[in-house]
Amino acid sequence: MVDAFLQYLDMGGYAAFVWPAYGLSAAGLIGILVLTLRTLKARQKEFDALKALRRGDSERN
Amino acid sequence: MAMTRKRRRLYFVMLALLGLGAGTALVLTAFQDNIVFFFSPTEIASQQLTPERRIRVGGLVEQGSVVKNGENVTFAITDMNKSLKIQYQGLLPDLFREGQGIVAEGRMGTDGVFTAHEVLAKHDENYMPREVADALKKSGQWHEPTAKNGAPTTTTEPVPTTAQ
Amino acid sequence: MHKFANPTQFMRIANAIFPWAAGLTVILFLVGLPIALVTSPADYQQGETVRIFYLHVPAAYMGVMVYAIIAVNSAAYLIWRHPMANLVARASAPVGAVFTALCLICGMLWGQPMWGTFWAWDARLTSTLIMFFIYLGYMALGDAFEDPERGDRAAAILALVGSINLPIIKFSVEWWNTLHQPSITSMQGFSVDGSMLTPLFLMMGAYTTFYISVLILRLRGELLAAKIRNARMSQVAISPAAQLAE
Repeated sequence: MVDAFLQYLDMGGYAAFVWPAYGLSAAGLIGILVLTLRTLKARQKEFDALKALRRGDSERN
Repeated sequence: MAMTRKRRRLYFVMLALLGLGAGTALVLTAFQDNIVFFFSPTEIASQQLTPERRIRVGGLVEQGSVVKNGENVTFAITDMNKSLKIQYQGLLPDLFREGQGIVAEGRMGTDGVFTAHEVLAKHDENYMPREVADALKKSGQWHEPTAKNGAPTTTTEPVPTTAQ
Repeated sequence: MHKFANPTQFMRIANAIFPWAAGLTVILFLVGLPIALVTSPADYQQGETVRIFYLHVPAAYMGVMVYAIIAVNSAAYLIWRHPMANLVARASAPVGAVFTALCLICGMLWGQPMWGTFWAWDARLTSTLIMFFIYLGYMALGDAFEDPERGDRAAAILALVGSINLPIIKFSVEWWNTLHQPSITSMQGFSVDGSMLTPLFLMMGAYTTFYISVLILRLRGELLAAKIRNARMSQVAISPAAQLAE
């Protein structure tokens, strides 16, 4: 069982190439997704703050 | 008025792209010899090459031509027209085997033997499990290779010639 | 087509598509990855390294496709001044750059064990690297101007000029001899066994829906940024003193 799993992980001797390819691809895709979500959240916050500010302005006027 | 401006911009973009494409095509054609990655044995034979010039040659490893002597290897490559003898010292890539397409970088010797400093293996565009490859060979549907894509040449099992 | 130039209309459709694209991305990865990594067979020549194929080819395909989308939208922006076309192009670029980088990285990790080298300056590899640099230049140029509209226009022109590279990438393996192997598609169909085409298509599908999902998220962000800019501008218009106080 464990041997078979270890043999699988070895990728026929090419583990040093196959696994980094999958790891880096995952990192790249997850990275761009997280970056996108973070920017989106920050902008939403900024926009909400601006809206609140404007509402305050118009109430004062 | 606005319509004609858009029309004009459309024509301008199309014309600019056409000009750019034509220019690029001309440049690429002019530099054809510099863009090719390797020369075939036929091209090598038709040129007068100085031994100082580092070049790359490519072709299929000829059946039965591989002679290994420790780290030293000699083999011949062919483009189905002419063949070229190559000597090399060092590790060969995993895909190196008889019938396989390879690219060797090095210098042409005065004796007509090419001394390679680096040997790279090409692989072809065919992907299949071993069983399918075996079945194809058995049924005689194995595709004949061309020297350009470096596909396997034989109907027999390729002989692995790598160290491991 | 001009109907989609309206950002509100466009985003209504995009937002309706989003949950489907995102859900499909998850499903395609959940189905595709185990097949690509575990159940699909090893190649008769390349052994287990063929598993890199299921990442390299989708990344290469998307790198080129996203560039084509950027080029078409850049043309639409330059000719018809569609604001939405500009946003689609600008929002696509970072995603396309990531795909191209992954294509190059996976290609190197595949080339080392199979070819015997990480890199060779052959026509296919070089033209793909050039596309990656054009992506970087496009993103940098778009942000390099004080006036955002001038940045958009300069970037769009660069994208169109760079589109000359697309046919070169595609046909490089046919026009010149290269270390890179020829395309797996030809008039006769695919030169890949069915058991390997399945994971390939699943991963290509996953990468495609991933791009669509991230693009929609980025478009939301771009539209928010535009709204913030407008709000700031109107604020300044109301009270110039507020800007000085900042």
